Amino acid sequence: MKIKKVIKGDAITKLSCIIMGLGHIFRGQKVRGIIYFLFEVFFGIYIAVFGGRYLAMFFQNFFTGGNVGFTQTYISSEWNAELGEYTKVPGDNSFHVVLYGILTLFVIFFFAVVWWRSIKESAELEEMKIIGKRVNLFRDDVRNYLDGQFHTTLLSLPMLGLFLFTVVPLVTMIMIAFTNYDANHEVPERLFQWVGFQNFTDMLSGNSSLGKTFWRVLAWTLGWAVLATFTNYFGGMLLAVFINKKGIRFKRGYRTLFVATIAVPQFVSLMIISKMLDTGGGMLGSGGGIITQFVERIFNYHMQFGLDITTTRIWIIIANMWIGIPYSMLLCSGILMNIPSDLYESARIDGASPARQFRKITLPYMLFVTGPYLITQFIGNINNFNIIFLLSGGGPGDNIKYTNGAKGTDLLITWLYKLSLGADRNYKLASVIGILVFVISAVFSLVVYNKSSAVQGEGNFQ
Amino acid sequence: MKKSKLQKKSIAGQLILTALAILWIIPLIYLVIQSFRGEPGAWSPTFFPQEWTLDNYKRLFLETNFPSWYLNTFIIALVSCLITTVFVLAVSYVFSRMKFRARKPLMNVMLILGMFPGFMSMSAVYFLLKILLPNNYQSMASLIIVYSAGAALSYYIAKGFFDTVPKSLDEAARIDGASRARIFWKIILPLSKSIIIYTILISFIAPWCDFIFVSFIMSGVPDTSKYTVALGMYRWLERESIQQYFTTFCAAAVIVATPITLLFMWLQKYYVEGITGGAVKG
Repeated sequence: MKIKKVIKGDAITKLSCIIMGLGHIFRGQKVRGIIYFLFEVFFGIYIAVFGGRYLAMFFQNFFTGGNVGFTQTYISSEWNAELGEYTKVPGDNSFHVVLYGILTLFVIFFFAVVWWRSIKESAELEEMKIIGKRVNLFRDDVRNYLDGQFHTTLLSLPMLGLFLFTVVPLVTMIMIAFTNYDANHEVPERLFQWVGFQNFTDMLSGNSSLGKTFWRVLAWTLGWAVLATFTNYFGGMLLAVFINKKGIRFKRGYRTLFVATIAVPQFVSLMIISKMLDTGGGMLGSGGGIITQFVERIFNYHMQFGLDITTTRIWIIIANMWIGIPYSMLLCSGILMNIPSDLYESARIDGASPARQFRKITLPYMLFVTGPYLITQFIGNINNFNIIFLLSGGGPGDNIKYTNGAKGTDLLITWLYKLSLGADRNYKLASVIGILVFVISAVFSLVVYNKSSAVQGEGNFQ
Repeated sequence: MKKSKLQKKSIAGQLILTALAILWIIPLIYLVIQSFRGEPGAWSPTFFPQEWTLDNYKRLFLETNFPSWYLNTFIIALVSCLITTVFVLAVSYVFSRMKFRARKPLMNVMLILGMFPGFMSMSAVYFLLKILLPNNYQSMASLIIVYSAGAALSYYIAKGFFDTVPKSLDEAARIDGASRARIFWKIILPLSKSIIIYTILISFIAPWCDFIFVSFIMSGVPDTSKYTVALGMYRWLERESIQQYFTTFCAAAVIVATPITLLFMWLQKYYVEGITGGAVKG
């Protein structure tokens, strides 16, 4: 319908498709028209001197595989008149090619949206002129951005921030998963290449050492997330029930004390716990953290935190309970108070034991109300970087079962960190892991979302 | 007889709770006590030190970069909390109150973005910052950008709150001729004290606790005075320096944790409202 108007329009409206803002300028919206026109000019300059070249480099081998960028760095030489000798010239930076390529694609998309809007407006302006309707002035536009279009004003900066520092980097890193960007193809010294789905097949195949490591890390990540979520949730709920019980004194005192442990910055509490568990040298009599020494003195046994995978994992779960139980206690306390007390009363009259009351009333109610919270916690635990990195640093682990920098208590997210930084840098694998973490989170959210909204209707609880 | 049974039970409960409370508070007490320990080294064989001293605190302020880390973190936290709060309130208000075509698609895209690990895009952010701030991309400005630019993604809790503010208020004001901007400033914001405080609290505390982003941005920076507290203190506990710095770390931890803990306890009510509301609505 809108297109028809443009086709039927006069020469100025038609010309507006090529020269943005022309129609506005001729029909009384000068400022708006000039803004459109300048936007088009800037876009043209951007594509001509910058974006176009990067886009070409981005796409030249995109579908077939091959170099990202035209010229290999420091291969060709150029006569340098000042020095009087040939010097090597820097070539293309493959990472910049991907980054700017993505950026340019977004800029083109954005331009297309604005362009489409401008010609629509231009056709409408022509129509209004014919009918003799009053045309909005720039003043009115400004006022409109505080009223009818207020959402545009409010969203502009947050969305710009999100676009530049989340969307563009994220899409860039997703693209990196389809290249061979790693320590052997470090920019700007070398170009890296498009390799299609190679990294995904390497990672997911169960035969290679990389694949085996991946499945081991994934298994622990999921196992950890399940254990951590449930221990914290039920621990917190029990603690809340305990504190809120009739006859318990100093309720406020206990609650304050537990809340204090949440308030302490996690890196402080985690690092102090990690040092309390430290083994020192790992042998009897080699000192170590206070818990290690304490256990040794009583049981004459030297703990193997950070030396033995299973021991370390158990301690991580315990430390996580220390961190997480007060948090879910705080959450559950609030919700527990909302359970109608007559439910308990009638249960008591019927002779239900406290354990039974908990099983039949408290638990179903809590599960119903906090279902979404559980899934958020589960996904949060899959991505729980701090607890693993600050407690065990991912270790221990041998080099046979675990390769590519991963260790026995590494989660996917800490592995991703090690692959993006430090000695085991391997950006392509880091990106593949990031994408797989996304897939896992998305699948779990979808499944649970459907379960909780469709199957578990409100009627079921009552 | 029944009463005494109940009493016995509650005494047992009391004992269990006290035991748990002690278990929970021990690491924190240990931390505080160790900060007053006179003997050097990382490990002490006893829970209580043989020699009590204030030297660790003196050393912290006179001989280390800790004061500048503290100042850096404070400035970063202040600025990024300001930006984050403005962004979060704006976005959540829009998604709660305004109807426009792109609303649903935008919310879906943001939901999807939130499922990627936030850390994944850091390499690209690092490059971007290098391009935008060529001379000091490893600076406070970069960290502020990293902490606040993506703030729009965490709009859920505030939106949930705005959804509970009756729409009839808006409508009444619109009939009186108020613009949307005026409604936002004069009606909605004054009613949203608790969610504003919650957002400020969360975003102010985040830079104090963050380790992952700061360690990435500051990787390979030799000048340790540019660090934040989390990164600087982490370095103290690395294998090479722990023997020398463990008690200093404890002193620093006390100095960092005390104001944060007090702030949190003071505003606890708003925090609970925020997480409970968020958890129930999802």
